[in-house]
Amino acid sequence: MKPAPFDFVRAATLAEALDALAQAGEDGRVLAGGQSFVPMLNMRLARPSVLVDIMGVADLRGIEVAKGALRIGAGVRQVELTRWADLTARLPLLAAAVPYIGHVQTRSRGTVCGSLAHADPSAELPLALIALEGEIHLRTKKAHRTVAARDFFLGMMATALRPGEMIEAVSFPLRRAGQGFGFREVARRHGDYAVVACAAVAGPQGIRLAVGGVGDVPTLRELPDPASGDLNEALNDFAWSLDAREDLHATPRYRRELVRRLGRDAIEEALRCRS
Amino acid sequence: MPKLTKSERYPVRFTLNGRPVEAWAEPRTLLTDVLRHGLGSTGTHVGCEHGVCGACTVEIDGEPARACLVLAGQVDGQAVRTVEGLEPEAGRLSVLQDAFRRHHGLQCGFCTPGILMTLDCLFRARPDADEAEIRDHLSGHLCRCTGYAPIMRAALDARDRFNQARREETHA
Ligand SMILES: Cc1cc2nc3c(=O)[nH]c(=O)nc-3n(C[C@@H](O)[C@H](O)[C@H](O)COP(=O)(O)OP(=O)(O)OC[C@H]3O[C@@H](n4cnc5c(N)ncnc54)[C@H](O)[C@@H]3O)c2cc1C
Ligand code: FES
Ligand code: FES
Repeated sequence: MKPAPFDFVRAATLAEALDALAQAGEDGRVLAGGQSFVPMLNMRLARPSVLVDIMGVADLRGIEVAKGALRIGAGVRQVELTRWADLTARLPLLAAAVPYIGHVQTRSRGTVCGSLAHADPSAELPLALIALEGEIHLRTKKAHRTVAARDFFLGMMATALRPGEMIEAVSFPLRRAGQGFGFREVARRHGDYAVVACAAVAGPQGIRLAVGGVGDVPTLRELPDPASGDLNEALNDFAWSLDAREDLHATPRYRRELVRRLGRDAIEEALRCRS
Repeated sequence: MPKLTKSERYPVRFTLNGRPVEAWAEPRTLLTDVLRHGLGSTGTHVGCEHGVCGACTVEIDGEPARACLVLAGQVDGQAVRTVEGLEPEAGRLSVLQDAFRRHHGLQCGFCTPGILMTLDCLFRARPDADEAEIRDHLSGHLCRCTGYAPIMRAALDARDRFNQARREETHA
């Protein structure tokens, strides 16, 4: 199918994009890589009256280290993140997770921030941001604010974004001394959204596991060290607490089983590569 | 920046296989439709129109992309390559296309233009891509006919021939 008609603003500066969004209010939407939004337009699941294309805004194309985090502008495509030279050394969790996002042909256009705004419960980037306890920088024509990842994802495809507001950038905290990371995912085919994905962070402060694909938003929990003998029970509690979804890909029972198994694997991997 | 109004048509200018082109499009017109209906380049196929099948894959500014998920206005000023741009001269198949023919890498041919564009982008960027990398790139394409094995054979053969030709060039 084809999209319903809309007005189109190809913004050249951030001010133009914010002006257009402010004017459009509820009826305006940002267009970034289009890899989630254009399918929705084509299927007419979304019918905005104004689309603001932000990919021509040079100020949003930055990818830089600031305050112990990698700050990634809203115009940075997923493939550009994979080409950041220090990714494996300084953000190993993202290096592991990004290859699972769709395919080469979608990562070439899809943006990092677009995936966060889209907020699919099975998406890898929201999961990684929750696991690393990162932040999202939001902006309207008049104001800006920074929101912690856990306060940004409100439900299935629902976020703290307000009308007229856009994501300007996201900050993923860089690896700190003594930290190790693990990532595991099961999908029906390579490149599909996860049925369940687990991201583990092991460090001096303990072990944290984030789980995506099970509840409406990715969820983070502190878990005991496997050496303590309590991990299986804690993972089981975590799996049951997530109110697993039933859909055509998997039953809730299968999802809980994946949380237990992938969760343990991810944690063990994180402990192995702790430095 | 002027706002383009819905249901009105605007000129879009980009290069198609190295040649400057202009087409008229509404804000909502997809790149696939501009290529096929506006410019008559029907080599780019349309299967699902939501990014899943890969039939519409073209190269935009050097990267493989789904043309069905790109608005025509987004490629204004950019460089687009399609399957029509692969043959080195009229009537002669490229090494990659020839490998597909010899290995029966296509049956109905619906998926083929997209797969060729993905592999062409891959081999230009990474001439000695290994089998795992080729498979990873092909995972973005659905083929309902071949079962993929002949496609893999064609891809590996084309890669080896490219590299042989390159080696001969450097030794000559
Ligand atoms: C075949 C296929 C497979 C895929 N598989 C996966 C997968 O396995 N995992 C995965 O996570 N994703 C997957 N995706 C989606 C992924 O490719 C998208 O890139 C991502 O979800 C959205 O990023 P985008 O830049 O394309 O955003 P768009 O599609 O342009 O936008 C998505 C939504 O976010 C909003 N938005 C975008 N940018 C901003 C901003 N800066 N501020 C405010 N709102 C904004 C838009 O208004 C829209 O509502 C897949 C897509 C396809 C086509
Ligand atoms: S037609 Fe574009 S991916 Fe299927
Ligand atoms: S040859 Fe028929 S779909 Fe691939």
